Amino acid sequence: MTDQRADDAALGETGSIIDLGMPVPGGAFDEHHPPDAALIGDCVHCGFCLPTCPTYVLWGEEMDSPRGRIYLMKEGLEGEPMSDSMVSHWDACLGCMACVTACPSGVQYDTLIEQTRAQVERRHERSTKDKALRGLVFSLFPYPKRLRLLRGPLRAMQATGLDRALRRTGLLDKLSPQLAAMESLAPRLGKPEKLPTHIAARGERRAVVGLLTGCVQGAFFPGVNAATARVLQAEGCDVVVPRSQGCCGALSVHNGREPEAQDFARRLVDSFEGSGVEYVVVNAAGCGSTMKEYADLLADDPSYAERAKAFAERVRDVSEILDELGPVAPRHPLELSIAYHDACHLAHAQGVRAQPRRLLEAIPGLELKEIAEGELCCGSAGIYNVVNPEPARELGDRKAANIVATGAQVLVTANPGCLMQVTSAIARSDHPMGMAHTVEVLDASIRGVPASSLLPD
Amino acid sequence: MDEAVAAVAAVEAVTRRARELLPADAVVTDRARLRTYECDGLAHYRVTPALVVLPRDAAQLAGVVRACAEHQVPYVARGAGTGLSGGALPHAEGVLVVTSQMRAITDMRPEDQRAVVEPGVINLDVTRAATPHGYYYAPDPSSQQICSIGGNVAENSGGAHCLKYGFTTNHVVGADFVTPQGETVALGGIAPDSPGYDLLGAVVGSEGTLGIVTSATVRLVRLPEEVRTVLVGFESTDHAGAATSAIIAAGIVPAAIEMMDALAIEAAEAAVHCNYPEGAGAVLVIELDGAAVEVEQEYAEVERLCHENGSFEQRLATDPVDRALIWKGRKSAFAAVGRISPDYIVQDGVIPRTALPEVLKAIADLSGDSGVRVANVFHAGDGNLHPLVLFDDSVDGAGEAAEKVSGAILDLCIEHGGSITGEHGVGMDKSKYMPRMYNDDDLDTMQLVRCAFDPDNISNPGKVFPTPRLCGEVPGRKKGAPPLQEAGLAEVF
Ligand SMILES: Cc1cc2nc3c(=O)[nH]c(=O)nc-3n(C[C@H](O)[C@H](O)[C@H](O)COP(=O)(O)OP(=O)(O)OC[C@H]3O[C@@H](n4cnc5c(N)ncnc54)[C@H](O)[C@@H]3O)c2cc1C
Ligand code: SF4
Ligand code: SF4
Repeated sequence: MTDQRADDAALGETGSIIDLGMPVPGGAFDEHHPPDAALIGDCVHCGFCLPTCPTYVLWGEEMDSPRGRIYLMKEGLEGEPMSDSMVSHWDACLGCMACVTACPSGVQYDTLIEQTRAQVERRHERSTKDKALRGLVFSLFPYPKRLRLLRGPLRAMQATGLDRALRRTGLLDKLSPQLAAMESLAPRLGKPEKLPTHIAARGERRAVVGLLTGCVQGAFFPGVNAATARVLQAEGCDVVVPRSQGCCGALSVHNGREPEAQDFARRLVDSFEGSGVEYVVVNAAGCGSTMKEYADLLADDPSYAERAKAFAERVRDVSEILDELGPVAPRHPLELSIAYHDACHLAHAQGVRAQPRRLLEAIPGLELKEIAEGELCCGSAGIYNVVNPEPARELGDRKAANIVATGAQVLVTANPGCLMQVTSAIARSDHPMGMAHTVEVLDASIRGVPASSLLPD
Repeated sequence: MDEAVAAVAAVEAVTRRARELLPADAVVTDRARLRTYECDGLAHYRVTPALVVLPRDAAQLAGVVRACAEHQVPYVARGAGTGLSGGALPHAEGVLVVTSQMRAITDMRPEDQRAVVEPGVINLDVTRAATPHGYYYAPDPSSQQICSIGGNVAENSGGAHCLKYGFTTNHVVGADFVTPQGETVALGGIAPDSPGYDLLGAVVGSEGTLGIVTSATVRLVRLPEEVRTVLVGFESTDHAGAATSAIIAAGIVPAAIEMMDALAIEAAEAAVHCNYPEGAGAVLVIELDGAAVEVEQEYAEVERLCHENGSFEQRLATDPVDRALIWKGRKSAFAAVGRISPDYIVQDGVIPRTALPEVLKAIADLSGDSGVRVANVFHAGDGNLHPLVLFDDSVDGAGEAAEKVSGAILDLCIEHGGSITGEHGVGMDKSKYMPRMYNDDDLDTMQLVRCAFDPDNISNPGKVFPTPRLCGEVPGRKKGAPPLQEAGLAEVF
């Protein structure tokens, strides 16, 4: 017993955890919103988040788990410099927030990784190639107009059959898996429908709602916006679609581009502010989760802080508002089996799981199937599949296998990113199945469109 | 000095070997990365390992251990790193051998009620894989969603359902095992019992000090026909304890009887909104399983006994979602305490069930006298206590006060004829308490067993035993007195 102390020293016991205050100079972070030490302190190192983390599932390494990433943040605060290896593990995080759902201790990993990413963006010198790729993405994605331009060449390619020739070469996959994913969306790229700015409720008016048309949603899934508007209308909502709206800033937030995100947020708040809407309805999970957090994003801006908070409180996912209002429009039967995929930014970030299932199950004839490993991200995660194509693809294939195993005829999910990602993975798996957004299924049921419209031709 | 230089050179030699044997990304030497492996579930012990390896299979793992043996480099096994006694605490001049990439279920033989799994397989994944065949893996630590079978074997882990079904040791029938010399041996087998010494029995619960398990053959248990889970609210832990004793005395062996006191309920409620009875001073989670008729009968009896012992609310789970929520409250309790206290110690001790009221009262007194809050969660059925000692490390002296209460609780357990650990193991944290339970002869005998497996003391050295012992000179290997002996830190047998 007398040797206990020496024994401990030999084993290098350090006693209690170093008290974390402000970042130690020379470490990874500066003093402008470093990852919050108190939030890091909430992590009790229990590991319960590990099995839901897609990168831990893939690679089985501590540093690519939520617990490990939080530990790296702690190291950074304690004075470890921001190294390439550190950054690579934060970069590999999909931001799926499955760890937030899983954590019994209430660790706010979402806030921590956002704070960390903003610091990385400011303080870390990326490789030229990486910088160029990110630059390209951010000059394209948040801008609906530029994205719509891209549709032209894609549609032309599809019309000439060039797309199939190109797919065979595999060149596209190498150049950009994201383009390849878009390209494999062939059947969906119909003629874009432009929504009017005001759509009157059918029957008695129950609410006045604004609709976010989004960038990716608007450009690649215009049918989803049209369906959303029709369903809202049928359920007694006046729908307002402000023309001035742009990107919500989600992609920028998730990638640490804070000032850019704040600009987008300010503009969106402006667009909806005078429009007299009670709710701002969103049909893209990633946008919704960001918009619900505008209060935090604009907290430091005195002229916007209050307004952002008021705005955020009015944001609803389309399934939330429909569930809240309850159905009035009669449903026609749809004899379909459906696998519902929880978009991470809906299930984990917004806690919306029951509502879309309730809405779908209420459709007569429709059978809902659960997907194994449902909490695991499909690998889409904003621009993740562009900057980290390999793990994204692996996760996509894993998701596709689980979806196919349900035997369902149609995959339903509520996020354009997931739809693209899963579509291309399912296409690779060679098991054709229908793909739809939750509101497209509701729309088909309300309008009495045959089930076959949701199936692949 | 030279010794330190030699140690560094030895690790470098092992690193070179590891790079030959393993894929590049499975050999970790980068400091930031190494540091993420500093601690396990007991995060206030931290040591940065010199090298981390993530072998993909048993051959790679054995190769690394052989290199360690050759260069006399200490190594520590690690599964999921959820251990609560610092068992997987790395060695600063050693190798951490992580099994998290050895996670294949290599054979599923429901007809033989056996599964063969790699050590990194997650406990719950065995059940997930067996369920479609009508079977499950019975030992269910609260950490089952992430802890590894290798870690379970090393800690002889238990869980809520061990009251009826037994601990890990009752469910592992065979193992492949890499000795500290780097040799692979098979222990036990598919058959229920193997002739000769029960070496597998020695390995189960040895906390990685005898070698590393690279494959485990586990027993699968038939899913019960009927399961009933009931949540019972009591005014106090005394009432809940009395009900527990009454149930066992009536000859009923429930699959589980778990107790939580008011503070633990508060934490679980904050974490997972499990909707436990309001105003309860204690709850029991009682699960009955087996043949439907039997469960029906037992349930009526349990209902009556709880009522007679002062329950004010009994809530029977009506569907799997309900049942899962009841269990979620219980299983998240440890980590959930993070919601009501910045820091805490998870204690683990055993007492005879009959001593429960007395020990709980003594714990309450300890808490009252010291002002240190203690939340209680336990496997009431088998007297395994998990007091959670709460403190705020940013307050001066709070950590020491908590440590003192935590130690005093262990003394209580020993005084009442119990043990200093029910299932979390001794590891680094409790080695200092071993002499309170065992005399020198007992400890020496255990050390002799260890020496038989690991004469060079390289497999997870410094854990379990309060004083490191050396196993006599191994001829021709070292010159002069062993450094630990020279420094007065160890004795030679
Ligand atoms: C929230 C929480 C709840 C818990 N609840 C319970 C509970 O109800 N019951 C219970 O018993 N435990 C519980 N534990 C403790 C812990 O989960 C168990 O001890 C578990 O068995 C450890 O498994 P692991 O894979 O995390 O092992 P690790 O922590 O990685 O290692 C534990 C020990 O096993 C050794 N080891 C690991 N793999 C091997 C191998 N392949 N061969 C040889 N030795 C090896 C290590 O060297 C170490 O000594 C809990 C922990 C937490 C954080
Ligand atoms: S589940 Fe929460 S507390 Fe546990 S390791 Fe993960 S983040 Fe930390
Ligand atoms: S957000 Fe998703 S990918 Fe990132 S650490 Fe959490 S679980 Fe893992």
